Amino acid sequence: MVDSNGSKPTGQALAERVQGSQAWGSIFRPGSIFRKGYSDSPRNRSYVIMNSVLYHLHPVKVKRHAVKVSYTLCLGGLSFFLFIHLTVTGIFLMFFYRPTAAPAWNDILTLQTSVGFGLLVRNMHRWAAHLMVLSVFLHMARVFYHGAYKPPREFNWVIGVMLLQLTLLLSFTGYLLPWDQLALWAVTVGTNMMGFTPVFGPQVRFVLLGGVEIGTDTLLRWYVLHVLMLPFVTVIFMAIHFWRVRKDGGISGPL
Amino acid sequence: MTEIPEHLRKRAEEARQKAAGATGADKPADAAPSEATASGGEAAEGRIPVHLLDRSRAAANQPAPDADPAPAGGGAPAPSSGPDGHNQRLLTVVKSGSIQDAKSVPQDKVHVWPHLLVAEFLAALAVTLFLLAFSIFVNAPLLDLANFNQTPNPSKAPWYFLGLQEMLTMFHPMVAGVTIPGIGLILLAMAPYIDKNPSKAPEDRKFAISLMTVHLMFWAVLVMIGSFFRGPGFNFIFPWNSGLFFEL
Repeated sequence: MVDSNGSKPTGQALAERVQGSQAWGSIFRPGSIFRKGYSDSPRNRSYVIMNSVLYHLHPVKVKRHAVKVSYTLCLGGLSFFLFIHLTVTGIFLMFFYRPTAAPAWNDILTLQTSVGFGLLVRNMHRWAAHLMVLSVFLHMARVFYHGAYKPPREFNWVIGVMLLQLTLLLSFTGYLLPWDQLALWAVTVGTNMMGFTPVFGPQVRFVLLGGVEIGTDTLLRWYVLHVLMLPFVTVIFMAIHFWRVRKDGGISGPL
Repeated sequence: MTEIPEHLRKRAEEARQKAAGATGADKPADAAPSEATASGGEAAEGRIPVHLLDRSRAAANQPAPDADPAPAGGGAPAPSSGPDGHNQRLLTVVKSGSIQDAKSVPQDKVHVWPHLLVAEFLAALAVTLFLLAFSIFVNAPLLDLANFNQTPNPSKAPWYFLGLQEMLTMFHPMVAGVTIPGIGLILLAMAPYIDKNPSKAPEDRKFAISLMTVHLMFWAVLVMIGSFFRGPGFNFIFPWNSGLFFEL
């Protein structure tokens, strides 16, 4: 274009040409830092959030104390991050797994021995799951000790208790899937306990097991719960949880 | 809530402090001129410049020639009603407080980028590194293929349910497995509606904090016992004598 006589370095000219193109402009919103570059200014700091999908999660500004790590210990955010981490590693595991009784265990063994990074990804999925139960639990304790469940945040606490239960259910349904002795008997203990629900205990147990005792039907049922239904419900509850955090005026104030 | 840019907020704060200091210092000095004027020295009149006040007062006392009581009449105003031939009058002084009063108190805020996002990114990075390192060195358990004819001894639930399993040794399964956790979860969810204490300060919440801590510790101890102190037959053991019967 104008720089045919070499007045500008070619890299810069190319960058300008790409950033001026219609395709680039259609991807990045007006005001996006990817359109016009970033230099540190209050205006650009606002644009980073305002013109990106992060605006769904974070406001442009938060109270100064809200960024203190010693207040939140990052526990809520880490729970969410672990959920994402578990989704990513879980999708990887799904490629190598069939939820039927004998193949399930073989698939895990094959995954560990014959699939590149299979053992590592399975380990990460398992440890992240335990860590998530722990971080959600600690997040709840942190919120309680700060009195952050008090008005106007009462309902968000209720949502949070539901998310804690969903986390436990997600972890528990995943426990059965390797179909080894640990999985089978841990789930036997768990579902036997649920069978003692008053009035409709046997029905609850039948629905959970997909039969009168644990078998390949149970495996399919818990697989669908684990990879589809419970994550779906959890995502909905998390969306409400995060939305309410902002609507209730950001995270709670200092003590 | 209105967001006020930080530099404006700081400037306003400084101005407010200066004003607060000035009124404190100028009280005696302010009283003298207001006494000098004939009227009772209201605070509102103190802010009106003295020459304007005098002028308006003079205009009010002086009966206008060709007095026109109806202001909307639009009759020709007296050309020499004011000094220097001007006929403007000061109708009213609107104090700045009544029209510029900010309803929202400016808050001390920081930009999410970079202050919050950097912290979140670092936390996520640290957890990822921890998980990666831990997963390299510690393998997830994979025992033998599930076998209905061979019950391992002891059979344990996942660790977060071991508190419940521990209570199974003390109560009927319906109480230990359903009633107690059910009531516990309902009470937990209803905590904000039960705890009517509006204060968030720890010194005002001694009862709530004690109650929660006792229950959390109770739960943690049960999980610990179920995890590490239960051996074959779910009998009480010491892990340093009999070894660990615990899989994650």
